[in-house]
Amino acid sequence: MSEPTPKFKVTVDNITIEVAPGTTILNAARMIGGDVTPPAMCYYSKLPESGGKCRTCLVEVSKGSEKDPRPMPKLVPSCRTTVMDGMEVKNITSEKVVDARKGIVEMLLINHPLDCPVCDQAGECDLQNLSYEHGTEKTRYEFPRRTFEREDLGPHIQLHMNRCILCYRCVFTADQLTAKREHGVLERGDHAEISTLLSKSLDNEFIGNIIDVCPVGALTDKTFRFKNRVWFTKPVDAHCSCTKCSGKARLWMRGEEVYRVTARKNEWGEVEEWICNECRFEKKSAKDWTIEGPAKIKRSSVIAQGHYENTKKTPVLIDKVIGKEPKFLLNIHDVSDVNRPEIELSKIDGPAHSNDFKTGK
Amino acid sequence: MAVKVLLKNDHIEGIRYYDTYRKHGGYAAAEKALKMAPADIVEEVKKSGLRGRGGAGFPTGMKWSFLAKPEGVPRHLVCNADESEPGTFKDRYLMEFHPHTLIEGLLISSFALGSNATYIYIRGEYAWIVGILEQAIDEAKKNGWLGKNIQGTGFDCEIYVHRGAGAYICGEETALIESLEGKRGNPRMKPPFPAIQGLWMRPTVVNNVETLAAVVPIINMGGEEYAKIGVGRSTGSKLLSVCGNVNKPGVYEIDMTISVEEFIYSDEYCGGIPNGKRLKACIPGGSSVPIVPANLLFKTAKGETRYMNYESLSDGGFATGTMMGSGGFIVLDEDQCIVRHTMTLARFYNHESCGQCSPCREGTGWMYKILKNIETGKGKMSDIDLLWDIQRRIEGNTICPLGDAAAWPVAAAIRHFRDEFEWHVNNPEESQKRNFGLAHYADPIHVPASA
Repeated sequence: MSEPTPKFKVTVDNITIEVAPGTTILNAARMIGGDVTPPAMCYYSKLPESGGKCRTCLVEVSKGSEKDPRPMPKLVPSCRTTVMDGMEVKNITSEKVVDARKGIVEMLLINHPLDCPVCDQAGECDLQNLSYEHGTEKTRYEFPRRTFEREDLGPHIQLHMNRCILCYRCVFTADQLTAKREHGVLERGDHAEISTLLSKSLDNEFIGNIIDVCPVGALTDKTFRFKNRVWFTKPVDAHCSCTKCSGKARLWMRGEEVYRVTARKNEWGEVEEWICNECRFEKKSAKDWTIEGPAKIKRSSVIAQGHYENTKKTPVLIDKVIGKEPKFLLNIHDVSDVNRPEIELSKIDGPAHSNDFKTGK
Repeated sequence: MAVKVLLKNDHIEGIRYYDTYRKHGGYAAAEKALKMAPADIVEEVKKSGLRGRGGAGFPTGMKWSFLAKPEGVPRHLVCNADESEPGTFKDRYLMEFHPHTLIEGLLISSFALGSNATYIYIRGEYAWIVGILEQAIDEAKKNGWLGKNIQGTGFDCEIYVHRGAGAYICGEETALIESLEGKRGNPRMKPPFPAIQGLWMRPTVVNNVETLAAVVPIINMGGEEYAKIGVGRSTGSKLLSVCGNVNKPGVYEIDMTISVEEFIYSDEYCGGIPNGKRLKACIPGGSSVPIVPANLLFKTAKGETRYMNYESLSDGGFATGTMMGSGGFIVLDEDQCIVRHTMTLARFYNHESCGQCSPCREGTGWMYKILKNIETGKGKMSDIDLLWDIQRRIEGNTICPLGDAAAWPVAAAIRHFRDEFEWHVNNPEESQKRNFGLAHYADPIHVPASA
């Protein structure tokens, strides 16, 4: 029998957890879950080398380790910093982190278009969630935003560079998942752009996955563009027999109609299994699929607000973080009928209607 | 007192060529070093107290001792000749006129570190120097100082000159390594440090041109003798490249014991400021280090004389001091506009940001646009605080120090010259016609008597 691997004790926002050596602070925090998990816009656990760029996951290391308790001088990117035994990390309990994150969200947004009302990503957009949770309501930026021409990356994918936050996820996906490198970052600094050389079409079996990894609406599915708002479609898990990929996908349906096919994503918004272009773009009929049932939406985003069945609730940890029970100020349901907790969207036949939320229905 | 260590043969015609260089004591250090054990060379460099001349001032001997030495894995020495910091041109001088000093330094350092393939990463704009270096390499090779079995020691070493393509960021060591590998020059996350996983994931040391050239006098004199030049932890000689409003701009070698005042006004060095103008401000170490007004340049906030060395220049921290940096000494006289100057620097960093980290990518451009507004008379009073807030949120929050380098000049300009910024905002029309001038920036600062 081999020796049991030693575990490292790490404390994130006063909550201690034991993790395997080599775990990053971000992944340790994800094991705890809830509010103590730093947001991540560029890190993607399925893509080696990703992370470190967006700086939204910066945390303060107030104690380096048991052996060397000195705090780290600068905020560190939690996605690329591995834990040490006895490390103490401050995320939401650190004023420095909260302030820095606010600054980073502001900077990510200064050139981001305010086109959420017409953006297909709205409702499942990481940047939308991030700015909702960590941003300010106003911008101090008074200059024209940077703009790019829209670009077609092949027949199915539209690149909207205006919305891109240069997380490099799609570049890593294409590099690591597909046979040859076809797109990357051109130029540098604030005029850097994701592109292919001479607007070449991206053409290979798995390139559609770059749509799923994109945290914003920069890469969208042309077979779904402007067809529907994501929160009006119902996600169901389904599978098919596919020779190229696992065939395990998520269908976004309205009635019997399949509006969109994506890979299944976990609670961190990361793809569980990559799917091929054929499953994604061509199997747009319910009879192509064996439907398993409503998807378990675990993400906290607009979609999850709809109270789907089997939803995994994010743990509420505030009492542990602050060391006491928080004072309950107001129950939103006492003053608003919206998002009534007893209404399960997945039990409503067809798309939801405002009538469904009216009291006394 | 003038000291000539690196440039001691500067007056000799043809020192650029091997025969002349050899005749005047060249490659004596290499001869000596090749008979030493590599570890002893590292020890000598440690004893010399030599600090990195590229800007950060990290002790070179310590950096060398961090180099990992796994069995069977090649190690590399990389010479950082991507001298792109605005105001800095000392390495250019060294490479152009003393290429063999660098080659000899590289050979000794490669032997000490066990690098059989050593690279000089030179900025693309130094196009004409590549030929000079390659000629020197050829000459050294013909005379048995490079190639296989150097001087019968069994040590092999090749030096390759690699040209950059014009990006400031490639002077950052990990971006330089990426670029050398043929990739886009984006800085890498540290750790792993290059000493563990650098070029092609092999242990790598990256040093500045001047640092590696300084290894030659260190071996010639011995580390302890070399450490006697200079003062405190600022040992040895330092090359400074002077530009701006001085009578004699150029490259000077100093021993770090002279005062800043002497350096600017003595005829031996800068020779004072032309046309009888008065000094307004100075950036002593390349564009990234904080700018200081005249009244904090000659004397520290404590009222002590400020000297041209690492410790004295940084006395008072960023609040009242600055940094030695890369030695790009930029002098501004009373006719210079700090707002315009800061805007120029902000434009540079905006242009040179690689675009990986969001605060640097977005923040540098934002700062430039605001500064441009203030400079052209369209600024608002709130812009000054906004600038401060932006720089504060860039600094320390990026992968590489370019974010800091972009933030510091703006921070220092606002810290010391806030009234000039305010004057620009309050007098939008007048500020387009004349400069703020010297104002009170040379007035002595009241120093409270110590108890």
